Amino acid sequence: MNYVKDLETKANYSMTKKIISDALSAPEIDRESRTTVGKITSDDPRVVCKNVNVYYGENRAINDLSLEIGNHEVISFIGPSGCGKSTFLRTLNRMNDTIVSCRVSGEIKIDGKNIYDRDLDVVPLRAMVGMVFQKPNPFPKSIYDNVAYGPRIHGLAADKRELDAIVEESLKKAGLWDEVKDRLNDLGTGLSGGQQQRLCIARTIAVNPEIILMDEPCSALDPIATAKIEQLIAELSERFTIVIVTHSMQQAARVSQRTAYFHIGHLIEVGRTNDIFTNPKHPLTEDYITGRFG
Amino acid sequence: MSPSILLIILLGLSYLGFRLGKNRALASVGGKIKDLHSLPSFYGFYTSLWSIIPALLVTMIWLSLETSWLANAVIAGLPEAMQSLPESRLYLILNDIRNVVNGMTYSDRIDPLIADAAKRYSQLQSLSHIVLSLVAIGLSIAGISFSLFRINKSHRARNTVETAVTVMMVICSTLAIFTTLGIVFSVLFESVRFFKVIPITEFLFGLEWSPQTAMRSDQVGSSGAFGAVPLLTGTLLVSLIAMMVAVPVGLMSAIYLSEFASPRFRAMAKPTLEILAGIPTVVYGFFAALTVAPFIRDTGASLGLTVSSESALAAGLVMGVMIIPFVSSLSDDVMNAVPQALRDGAYALGATQAETIRQVVFPAALPGIVGSILLAVSRAIGETMIVVMAAGLAANLTFNPLEAVTTVTVQIVTLLVGDQEFDSPKTLAAFALGLVLFVATLLLNVLALHVVRKYREQYE
Repeated sequence: MNYVKDLETKANYSMTKKIISDALSAPEIDRESRTTVGKITSDDPRVVCKNVNVYYGENRAINDLSLEIGNHEVISFIGPSGCGKSTFLRTLNRMNDTIVSCRVSGEIKIDGKNIYDRDLDVVPLRAMVGMVFQKPNPFPKSIYDNVAYGPRIHGLAADKRELDAIVEESLKKAGLWDEVKDRLNDLGTGLSGGQQQRLCIARTIAVNPEIILMDEPCSALDPIATAKIEQLIAELSERFTIVIVTHSMQQAARVSQRTAYFHIGHLIEVGRTNDIFTNPKHPLTEDYITGRFG
Repeated sequence: MSPSILLIILLGLSYLGFRLGKNRALASVGGKIKDLHSLPSFYGFYTSLWSIIPALLVTMIWLSLETSWLANAVIAGLPEAMQSLPESRLYLILNDIRNVVNGMTYSDRIDPLIADAAKRYSQLQSLSHIVLSLVAIGLSIAGISFSLFRINKSHRARNTVETAVTVMMVICSTLAIFTTLGIVFSVLFESVRFFKVIPITEFLFGLEWSPQTAMRSDQVGSSGAFGAVPLLTGTLLVSLIAMMVAVPVGLMSAIYLSEFASPRFRAMAKPTLEILAGIPTVVYGFFAALTVAPFIRDTGASLGLTVSSESALAAGLVMGVMIIPFVSSLSDDVMNAVPQALRDGAYALGATQAETIRQVVFPAALPGIVGSILLAVSRAIGETMIVVMAAGLAANLTFNPLEAVTTVTVQIVTLLVGDQEFDSPKTLAAFALGLVLFVATLLLNVLALHVVRKYREQYE
């Protein structure tokens, strides 16, 4: 907790720091450079992306991106709207397959296996790489059925008792159990926005994924619900690798160990969150973090 | 002056009123539109509404009263002997007079008495029209002057015009309701007459349908039986066969179109499917009677079954094909309306496309799909031509699809075709059948609406 507070304070002071650093020395990196700055590798890599390009029809949405995501780390993707961070996130469990015009080149390896191999089955991939969306999207089914959906289709529970146990455990992990344990048969769509999002997280962890992708999970929520989700992310990070896209720099600072800054289809800078927010190397990162981005 | 010329004059006056009102409003502020409360055209509409609506109302009332007034006046001019005739005879004479006035006589020898009356009739009518025209044009001019007098820069013309438009919209929207009520009552009254002759229980629960009534009291073998059950079962059977064709095929094609087909194929296939709904049912009837029914009969014969050449199966199959687009097109629309976010949620959990459709998209769209099926059922129950041509007229109480059956709609048609006297139960039975059909489809529609409304509440 102290670490997070410390970080926030530092982030707040980064403006002052920037003025000082501007005065001391001109930025070393050319503003027009699109080469990724910082350490893209990880000591214990789980996901390895090499020269990834994503095209929508003729448009290139991601340019030559290379990045490693470590085991059990929380990495956040930040950047202005339309910079490709969500697009890149969706390539990690091949959710872009649903978009007809989308094409991916390069290599994304999870546990050493290229997920864009021709013979790869997306079903186990998506069971291993779960995803939470920007807008809560519970199925119009009961709370119980929402959570039980994944275990059912993957045959994770042999009988009703095991399924009950999975549902209870997932809801507990998502911090929702106490609020809904007496009304598991109510519609999931009848919950509040924050509860719906935690239900979606419970639904995702019920299939026992190893990596969880979160696409701006708090953008539709109020601050209290956001705080709950952020706390949940901190707890989940002990067991899962989490990739989170966010528009809130405070959120990135609070929940993640590493941060990646995207700018119009390029990965500009990666580094420890602490470094990115206090000592950005690339002028574009600096502009964005200090709020000078036009 | 005939009423149609009057109408043209009134329209011209209202256009004049529009120009005058607009100019008057502009003049009142010296051309500075922003000083006006409403836009200039609203003052124009305000004036033209005042010029035409009162005049039109008076014209309509006048014309609707004119007929009976003219009749009374002409009858009063007839000789005593004629006036004392019974009402029905008097009505015939009056009809003769009107025919002479309208030049619709085919005989050279016109009764001089009638010719005389006709002359008086047309004189009175033209007098009435002249007075009407004067009154209406006068009202129109008065309306224009009244509104011109009231127009100034702070006059709220827009509000008045908007109220008038609202009233017009209310009238339009209630028109359909009143028409429905009118239909219900016209059917209901005749049905009540029918039920006075044939008890309602016999009609609803009787097992034999043979709508023959004796023309003469000494006629043999035409006592008539009005049990509607064979017709209801026939309707049920044909509709059931139709739904057994339309629902699976329609749903499968809807699922393919909305979930699997490429946008290009969908853009092409959907209108093509909808063409099926545009084929006249008579053409389907030909097809059923000339192609499908013989085919079924021959196939049945080769399998050792006795199939009549007109069968419920033939009619039902073709009717099913006809209503496929109702099911497929509407179901495709509701499945498309299921948010992509729900599909993404399922895919992200590792669901396959088939699992996503079966367990997420389909249940979410189910209420809408049920609505589309109910709509198709109403259509099947009300369908006539195909059954007339392919299922026959024999009112067999059977659930064997290979036999000839008949349906409610078919019997209504056969009962009312040809010369019928309007006081025999045979004719009146058609209205009772119509009432049954109306109530059945109404219930189905209410059910469909209810389901559709429930669907609307789901995602908002």
